[in-house]
Amino acid sequence: MTISTFTRRAVAGMIASLGLALPAAAEVDFSGKTIEWVIPFSETGGSAKWANFFAPLLSEALPGEPTVVVKFMPGAGSTKGANWFQKEQHKDGTLLFGTSGSTQFPYLLSDPRVRYEYNDWNPVMASGTGGVAYLNAEDGAKFDGSANMLQDVDFIYGSQGATRLDLVPLLAWKMLGMNVEPVFGIKGRGDGRLMFERGEATIDYQTTSGYLSGSAAMVEEGKAVPMMTWGALDAGGNVVRDPTFPDIPTFKEVCDATDGCETSGEEWDAWKAFFVAGFPVQKLAFLPAGTPQDVIDTYTKAFEAVVARGDFADISSKRVGKYSVFTGAGAQTALGTATNVPDSAKAYAVDWLKEDYGVELK
Amino acid sequence: MEAFATALPALSDAWALISQPIVLGYLVLGVVMGLAVGVFPGLGGIAGLSLLLPFMFGMDPVLGLALMIGMVAVVPTSDTFASVLMGIPGSSASQATVLDGFPLAKKGEAARALSAAFTSSLFGGLVGAAFLTMFILVARPIVLAFGLPEMLMITILGLSMVAILAGRIPLKGLAAAGLGLMIGTIGEADAGGSLRMATYDIPYLTDGLKLVIVGLGIFAIPEIVSLLRQDRAIAKGANLGAGWMDGVKDWVANKWLSVRCSLIGVTVGIIPGLGGSVVDWIAYGHAVQTTPDKSHFGKGEIRGVIGPESSNNAKEGGGLVPTLLFGIPGSGSMAIFIGAVALLGSGDIEVGPAMLKDNLDITYSIVWLLALANVVGTLLCIAASGGIAKLTTIRFTYLAPFLFMLISFAAFQSGQNFEDLLALFVIGLIGIFLRRFDWSRPAFLIGFVLSNPVEKFTNQAFQIASFRFRKGFDAGIEYIFSPIVIVLIIITVVSVVFGIRQAKTIMAEGDVQSGSKRAPMIFSLAITAYLVMALVNANMIPDYNMTDKVIPLFVGGCSLVCCLILLAQMMRRPEGDAIFADKEIAGEDADAPYGLWSTLAWFVALIAGTAVVGFILALLGFLVAFFRIRAQASWSKTLILTAAGISLMCFMAGILNRDFPPGLLQSAIDLPWPIGGN
Repeated sequence: MTISTFTRRAVAGMIASLGLALPAAAEVDFSGKTIEWVIPFSETGGSAKWANFFAPLLSEALPGEPTVVVKFMPGAGSTKGANWFQKEQHKDGTLLFGTSGSTQFPYLLSDPRVRYEYNDWNPVMASGTGGVAYLNAEDGAKFDGSANMLQDVDFIYGSQGATRLDLVPLLAWKMLGMNVEPVFGIKGRGDGRLMFERGEATIDYQTTSGYLSGSAAMVEEGKAVPMMTWGALDAGGNVVRDPTFPDIPTFKEVCDATDGCETSGEEWDAWKAFFVAGFPVQKLAFLPAGTPQDVIDTYTKAFEAVVARGDFADISSKRVGKYSVFTGAGAQTALGTATNVPDSAKAYAVDWLKEDYGVELK
Repeated sequence: MEAFATALPALSDAWALISQPIVLGYLVLGVVMGLAVGVFPGLGGIAGLSLLLPFMFGMDPVLGLALMIGMVAVVPTSDTFASVLMGIPGSSASQATVLDGFPLAKKGEAARALSAAFTSSLFGGLVGAAFLTMFILVARPIVLAFGLPEMLMITILGLSMVAILAGRIPLKGLAAAGLGLMIGTIGEADAGGSLRMATYDIPYLTDGLKLVIVGLGIFAIPEIVSLLRQDRAIAKGANLGAGWMDGVKDWVANKWLSVRCSLIGVTVGIIPGLGGSVVDWIAYGHAVQTTPDKSHFGKGEIRGVIGPESSNNAKEGGGLVPTLLFGIPGSGSMAIFIGAVALLGSGDIEVGPAMLKDNLDITYSIVWLLALANVVGTLLCIAASGGIAKLTTIRFTYLAPFLFMLISFAAFQSGQNFEDLLALFVIGLIGIFLRRFDWSRPAFLIGFVLSNPVEKFTNQAFQIASFRFRKGFDAGIEYIFSPIVIVLIIITVVSVVFGIRQAKTIMAEGDVQSGSKRAPMIFSLAITAYLVMALVNANMIPDYNMTDKVIPLFVGGCSLVCCLILLAQMMRRPEGDAIFADKEIAGEDADAPYGLWSTLAWFVALIAGTAVVGFILALLGFLVAFFRIRAQASWSKTLILTAAGISLMCFMAGILNRDFPPGLLQSAIDLPWPIGGN
């Protein structure tokens, strides 16, 4: 690792010095250029939706109005694309890379396939989402703001895999003392919701957009009872109520009210670390290693301009949810909170995954 | 009744929306683009829709929908060209069409096959739309009635079609399907993430093999290589027989088959999670079962074209139900469609349960735009089919290099890896041998396609059933044996019984002569060896990941038993027995002027060249060398054809914003697109 890092830095240095030898452009201008925004997932996922939403806006906001195209490089749950991006160096600022919680989690869990290092990259934008857990009507009647009466119920949950974003709900339910049996192997949260609607699953969670478009109707019809949101982060890094769902308690509140559930200590730290990496800072856009500051600033300004659009709140709430978009220094801070997990929390999660699900990360 | 009261005004609103000239203009534009993309195998709707996405932002909803639906709707229509004319299954929707469509083309009846297929597609699309107009209002509870046990049973019904397509020796068909299932399990398991026949050192394998590659490898490569060896036109004697009017007449004669298969298409299409993978096989099976004289199937039976083609366009309509009502995409292109709808207009249209309540007029517009797109697309295709069918009279040596070019590009698009080309070659080799020794290739492909659903639904249904049984015996039984499951079991049993009785008369590979024991024995031993390896490998998965090993162990075990019985029979039976079928003994392949390996070497050269200098440069060398040496063409002809091939590739890839496979050269120095790229 150290040797390869050293070589990489050395090569980067050489390339950078070459760049310096050439006359530097006065300011960054992308006229007539094509910017490739690489997404390490397939065309069909949430990250594709996210990039496709921002691409035309970014194109308008960058100097010279370059064409921004979204390219897909799926494979190995995004590790393939991220490993590829790790090897890319700054050329002319026309390469942008997008990651999501599924890229962050293997990194946090020290998955052996991860050959990428977030700290080498330059974040220019970060955005988040929230999540809501809900119960079926029968068990929902037993929910009184605490999980005390849910601890002797056996739940079934359609899951994409314990090492994915589902780690957050599964760990939360475990901390509440609930017995939730995941049925693994579903392809997306939509399939999980369908399983819940068919009555095969008895507990479910959706990200904000999925909840609003699919599950809210079930709640209205009385077929589902919202249990808790994962919450949102305030400026001080505390978990507070999700601005999209001010009436639904957070997991923190439910945990406080439930016997045997602690909102401090190693277990809570682990949950919170993965929550932060998976939700409030779910998706990040990066420029490759070695990008000069003026290019980073150009992108930062462009994303700031996108967020400052008069209609941004309106168009974004419908398409990517009503959550903060961080740019520039904010994106850097967001990356910091999302990727710096105390070793004890990491170790706790790794142990728990092994014990409860037999997942061995080596 | 109440439903109709809301439906009728919405329906007339929808008609008002879509009958505007400008909407129809956008629809035709979408259709034309869809046809252009669809004739390229392996690209299909996903590539086309991604191309349209940047324009969707803020676009008037009806116009955007017209453009996108025009494109999506005709892909299953236009990929029929490749499957009938060249034997290349462009997508999962056209796999079964290859079985009888391509033999028809070989008989010089390509125009007939194409127009019958297109008429069926058109009709299927219309039946689908009409059915949906009524059904979409009451669809929700019916879709919800299909739980995991029901989906598992439909998958098994699809698998039972192996019985019909197993060929002369049922054991070989079973073993082929088993091998397909086992190859489908390669990679990281969905449930527990264990690796099967893969390692993290070869990341490519952990994702498993893609359907496009397996479809092209199993069907296209063996046919291309065989035709190239014979050095003739696809249509024997280079004569075109029946024309496009005959195809339309064929359809009229078989309209009831078309109706039934369309309904099969819509119904299976509405079940989320199954999508297109089983529909055409079930329709093909149905066509076989309802035909009194089954002896022509696999050799150019028009009903074998009409059945699957009626179902696959109807399926697109059915697939709208889970997409629109639940927001759950039935296919990859539907997933992009959902994302694109959110970009339209002011973003008010939200695909999902609210669609029927808030946007019923839009919902109906989508359904009928789909139907209209089918009409426009089909008319264009039928008009073109007479001309395009002439391709089958060209000396194949002039077509083959372009086909190698196209399938390599298509294979690369599935995973954007150089390994895609290697996988295509290896699977192609398996396909060549399956064909040579008369092991059912359709059975293999059905096994591969259904491998993932079988495993997933079995595991999940088992988990939930055991949970129900813990609650009470009655609850468990009620869950597993719902009325729908019982009906499906009956259909499956009937179709297996019928199938086994008929299998011997359906010879997908034609009448294959038998010869000496040696070659067929070696191939059977190789398959047995692979199965043993896969079994040992699956057995190494630790027990807490039971879900990841149960299916490979069970399927692998059954296939191994088949192979062992087969080997025992091979030892006892005399040479010349049907079990030793070998195409190299007598017939077209044996009489071909060129050998297998020298022909295959051309394809190997293209792949090897790509590994060194990247796709475009390798293609340049390949085309020039092929035309000069193999086709003995003049320099001027060689250069014109090469230039045409390269520019076609660059044009397509440029428009769709795709890269080409890079080689060592590209990793050493940065070159401009198209020679370089990522």
